[in-house]
Amino acid sequence: MGELLRQAAWSPVAAGIGIGILALLCFLLSDKPLACSTSFARTSGMIERLLRGDRVLRKDYYRKFPPVIDWQWMLVAGIFAGALLSSLLSGTFRLEWVPAAWAGRFGETVLTRQLAAFAGGVLLGLGARWANGCTSGHGMSGIMQNAVSSWLATLMFFAGGAAAAAILYGKAG
Amino acid sequence: MLSAIRSRKRLQLLLGFLTGLLFGFLLQRGQVTSYGVIIGQLLLRDMTVIRVMLSAAVTGMVGLTVLGRLGLVTLHPKPGSAGTSIAGGLIFGAGFGLLGYCPGTMVGALGSGALDAASGIAGALFGAGIFAALYPRLSRGILGWGDFGDLTLPELLRVHRWVVVLPLSLLIVLFLVLSG
Repeated sequence: MGELLRQAAWSPVAAGIGIGILALLCFLLSDKPLACSTSFARTSGMIERLLRGDRVLRKDYYRKFPPVIDWQWMLVAGIFAGALLSSLLSGTFRLEWVPAAWAGRFGETVLTRQLAAFAGGVLLGLGARWANGCTSGHGMSGIMQNAVSSWLATLMFFAGGAAAAAILYGKAG
Repeated sequence: MLSAIRSRKRLQLLLGFLTGLLFGFLLQRGQVTSYGVIIGQLLLRDMTVIRVMLSAAVTGMVGLTVLGRLGLVTLHPKPGSAGTSIAGGLIFGAGFGLLGYCPGTMVGALGSGALDAASGIAGALFGAGIFAALYPRLSRGILGWGDFGDLTLPELLRVHRWVVVLPLSLLIVLFLVLSG
């Protein structure tokens, strides 16, 4: 057991089966699909409320998804803690400003990577709400329910992602 | 028993955190919180991300069909339209490729020390805010285009759930074996 907890990586299939079981437990114990991106909308609403006051609550979208801490918000907080724990136990935790693969193509400049990450994040946050789900809610929980919306959205996530990566890295990259 | 657990609010917040803790652990240990692994998948050089997702999907698909049959779970397929899934999916995809993380994995990436994920999170919060501002206009327009509701594949094909789940599960397992 101790050995297993210290391994740098587990097989993708083992990790995937574990996530699948976890998703089933969410349906059983919480009657909810395992998902992430609604919490970004709720948090965005919380920040906007701090800056602009309670009139933010009257926005149509925040009536639908009130800016409060709920089950899924705690789940996203848990992801941070779980990844931190895993990387510390396995010794893979490393503070890093620029990922190696990015640096190999675009250089070590921190600002360039941060700007790209922010811009990518804006599209990711906008697209996740537009599509009503992300790689967790559609890509895993939605596909396991065989929802048409989720199969279609997930194909588009990867088609769009592959196109963007091909443009950034070119054929040789 | 289950409904008693599901209706206790504080317990649910705790369960949410514990679920996230295990999810984050598995994502990190499955290596999908790594920028290099995700970009490798999008460039089709590294199948890790797809292998994790399909292993989770097949486990869940079979499990939900059995648990559903036993009356222990209710499915919640998301409603959608061409306007939400295709347009939203492509916008998300562009961000996925540029950032190199998705919403869950970027939180996990930050937890394992990747500081570029912090800018990704800030961007995603901003992007979600833009959507909330545009929502009244979008909901009267593109979000409703080609609406198909909360349709599932078995409903679309008018067949029993197992008729979709069984062949699909076998195909996924075959892919996992061949890509391993």
